[in-house]
Amino acid sequence: MPFKRYVEIGRVALVNYGKDYGKLVVIVDVIDQNRALVDAPDMVRGQMNFKRLTLTDIKIDIKRVPNKKTLVAALEAADVKNKWESSSWGRKLIVQKKRASLNDFDRFKIMLAKIKKAGVVRQELSKLKKETTC
Amino acid sequence: MAPQQRKPHVCRNPDLIRGVGKYSRSKMYHKRGLWAIKAKNGGAFPKHEKQAVAAAPSEKPPKFYPADDVKKPLVNKRKARPTKLRASITPGTVLIILAGRFKGKRVVFLKQLTSGLLLVTGPFKINGVPLRRVNQSYVIATSTKVDISGVNVEKFDDKYFGKKVEKKKKKGEGEFFEAEKEEKNTLPQDKKDDQKSVDAALIQSIEAVPDLKSYLGARFSLKAGMKPHELVF
Repeated sequence: MPFKRYVEIGRVALVNYGKDYGKLVVIVDVIDQNRALVDAPDMVRGQMNFKRLTLTDIKIDIKRVPNKKTLVAALEAADVKNKWESSSWGRKLIVQKKRASLNDFDRFKIMLAKIKKAGVVRQELSKLKKETTC
Repeated sequence: MAPQQRKPHVCRNPDLIRGVGKYSRSKMYHKRGLWAIKAKNGGAFPKHEKQAVAAAPSEKPPKFYPADDVKKPLVNKRKARPTKLRASITPGTVLIILAGRFKGKRVVFLKQLTSGLLLVTGPFKINGVPLRRVNQSYVIATSTKVDISGVNVEKFDDKYFGKKVEKKKKKGEGEFFEAEKEEKNTLPQDKKDDQKSVDAALIQSIEAVPDLKSYLGARFSLKAGMKPHELVF
């Protein structure tokens, strides 16, 4: 089981602890064994311990410590946002956020929809059961 | 020209740290222009003549001195006002009642009464909650709002909900008891009409939103996995 995601310049990572929890950031430089210089379009470039980062599969093509402008352009070119939001990990996070922000009324509507869906599924299942027993 | 707006006046002697101003006494004397005021007044600072104090009417010595010193109660300038309404509760908000016989019911908020209690209605046809007063503390405000513009709640106040005082009749207890009980159980017709008129407009605006009617008819309860501190209402 070799490693597949490496810490390298241009690696996109998810912050899993701290003030920027949940943000996608790009590793733009490695400071020492434990820390990386990290940057994102909506934050000031700063250092972060690797323990606060979870590496993703996405990597972009940048040189060591680019300007904000170059970084944003590289992110656009690699289409990181869409790649992330269409990946199963990214989709899961979006669903989690949506569920957490649900209103009481929204939860009620979802309950009705779930019951309806289960009813439809059960009908189809009973139809299929009838066919096989006969 | 727009009406003359005065720039807020910056302090003449800003604080370096609390208790210490930037400018000394002599500098401040100059800054305030006291020298100019004195010069205008011929060398001395302008004085006002002391107003002649009217001679106070001569007080007679009191006829009675209390034996012990009586303490005066402290001054209390507090005014009674209705409880501060949470910002999340506005007319038309759907509230969840947490205690009493209607606990768990989702209900529409109408207005806050002068006593601080919230005036609330089911509507009655939807969930059986009549026009009722409810305390703000026993209520969760959801972020769902109902359009309440067609409803007139002017006539309702705390007196409307107060208990009716009946004249006591001491004679003939045995027969009277049964008769009184029958009278008390029924609601007066005008209260029923009030309920109907308030609910008519409300139910129309509720039916305009899909699923809202069944939402208001259902009770709220915590299910497995629901964490109240993480729920968004």
